[in-house]
Amino acid sequence: MTALPASIRLPSAPASVLSNTAAIALRELREAVRSRWFMLYTLAFAALGLGISYVSAVGAGGAGLSGFGRTTAGLINLVLLVVPLMALTAGAGSIAGDRERGMLSYLLCQPVSRAEVLLGKFIGLAAALLACLCLGLGACAAVMVWKGQATQPASFLWLAALSFALALTMLSVGMLISVLARKASVAVGTAIFVWLTLVFVTDLGLMAGAMALKLRIEELFGLSLINPLQVFKMWSLHSGDATLDVLGPAGLYAVEEHGPALHAIFGGCMAAWVITPLAAAAAIFARRSPL
Amino acid sequence: MIRIHNVTRRFGRHAAVDNASINIGAGDSVALWGGNGAGKTTLIRCVLGLLRFQGSIEVGGYDVRRHGKHARRLIGYVPQELGFYDDLGVAEAVVFFARLKGLSLRSADAVLASVGLPGQDRKRIRELSGGMKQRLALAIAMLGDPPILVLDEVTASLDACGREEFVSLLSRLGGEGRTMLFASHRVEEVTTLAKRVVHLDKGCVTSITDTHAFLGHLGMGSVLHLTLPPSVREPAMTLLRASGFSPRLNGVGLMVPVPDEQKAAPFRVLAEGRIAIDDFEVISNAQMRRLEAHA
Repeated sequence: MTALPASIRLPSAPASVLSNTAAIALRELREAVRSRWFMLYTLAFAALGLGISYVSAVGAGGAGLSGFGRTTAGLINLVLLVVPLMALTAGAGSIAGDRERGMLSYLLCQPVSRAEVLLGKFIGLAAALLACLCLGLGACAAVMVWKGQATQPASFLWLAALSFALALTMLSVGMLISVLARKASVAVGTAIFVWLTLVFVTDLGLMAGAMALKLRIEELFGLSLINPLQVFKMWSLHSGDATLDVLGPAGLYAVEEHGPALHAIFGGCMAAWVITPLAAAAAIFARRSPL
Repeated sequence: MIRIHNVTRRFGRHAAVDNASINIGAGDSVALWGGNGAGKTTLIRCVLGLLRFQGSIEVGGYDVRRHGKHARRLIGYVPQELGFYDDLGVAEAVVFFARLKGLSLRSADAVLASVGLPGQDRKRIRELSGGMKQRLALAIAMLGDPPILVLDEVTASLDACGREEFVSLLSRLGGEGRTMLFASHRVEEVTTLAKRVVHLDKGCVTSITDTHAFLGHLGMGSVLHLTLPPSVREPAMTLLRASGFSPRLNGVGLMVPVPDEQKAAPFRVLAEGRIAIDDFEVISNAQMRRLEAHA
């Protein structure tokens, strides 16, 4: 390394990884909160959640069931549909959108590393999704409290935590798509295709596969762990009022075979779904031209 | 300050930059000159670490591939057009980029005023004109007082008036001892800002000349031979350099290469600096080449 002439005043050392990542995350969060997608998803999620909560609360009054537990069960299906779509499209639009508008190359001309940019965007979007979930689920909780049905807050909080974990897995997949796609429209289109595959095709595929290939029960359970949405569903049911019996033989097998280790299995699967796509995205992003 | 050594960048089978080598010392100002597709922008993108390439590039001694963050810390970059969140406030953008450069900036007022954008801090970026956006990009580039400015056809999207103002602003900044590397299509920009000109053709460096030779190569320009008392020659050199000229000393005064349409400009600069000229002579580039050949 050659020394710089003393006559030229050098700036101090580059900003730390933490500082750059935090700055980019904050920027991304602000941008997401101002955006239309955030407003629309939050409103849609809150409205549907409120509807489910209200109906559950009214029903609980008549049947004497516990409010939060019943609502939680209803909300699982809503989360399964809305949260992955929200996180996948948000992640898919991030890098590809910035690339298309020329913002990415300008950002990378600054003293920041590509890992900092990717991580900053991930954290910023994760915070935006968390805010969206808090607003949506918070509204549901408020309805339950208002209706006097707040009997099982723990299960509701656990659902919120799992919803956020699901959002992180889908955000990670979305960012991988974003890094690979050249155009934002292609990235978002791919994200929607992935969402459809995970929500509908995997379920039907598992059923068809189990029948056609005569899969053994442990194979069926193993295959269901590949889909983070299935993991979310099983983990939510396993943690709530319901048991995995509702999922049939595969659920029974999971409880009998793995019992208390199920939390670790589900947690490990979710963590792998967050880390693996994000690490792949980082590796590709480090090598790919931002132009 | 910038060492580009045997750099090649290919897009498929096409070499956009082909085995280019350029050394740029501290305080030097180098223009990349060439037609569309000559490789100017690609070379700048390699220097900034945006593109992968064969060969090596060092900025301030830092390898841009291995220590890109450190290398870019030394560079203020102005693109052809500022591409950033249009909804972002001007002050917000300045503070954001200051943070990325490790600076804690509470107010953007002084920074914006330094590039002629006072009172614009509350506007959104989309509300700025093309010229104002370029000034904002320059303000962001100058954050942290970087020793190197890298500019990529920065006046391409500006009108004549905006171009003149912007080049004059750059000339002032370049005169502060900064190293400059820029791509340009405009002769007046090159003659005002550059000390040396790198000719690129189909990705290859075909020649590296001073601005005087560059103008001669284009069949343009003249050299002013100014006769000055010995005591004022150094201050006159400093003043002319600060105004974007590249004067050199000779036996009785200074030789100042000038574009044909700016022959009076050095007189104006020296008059404003209260430096009297004893005599002058205008020598065309063709004459100059003959004199040099004879010598």
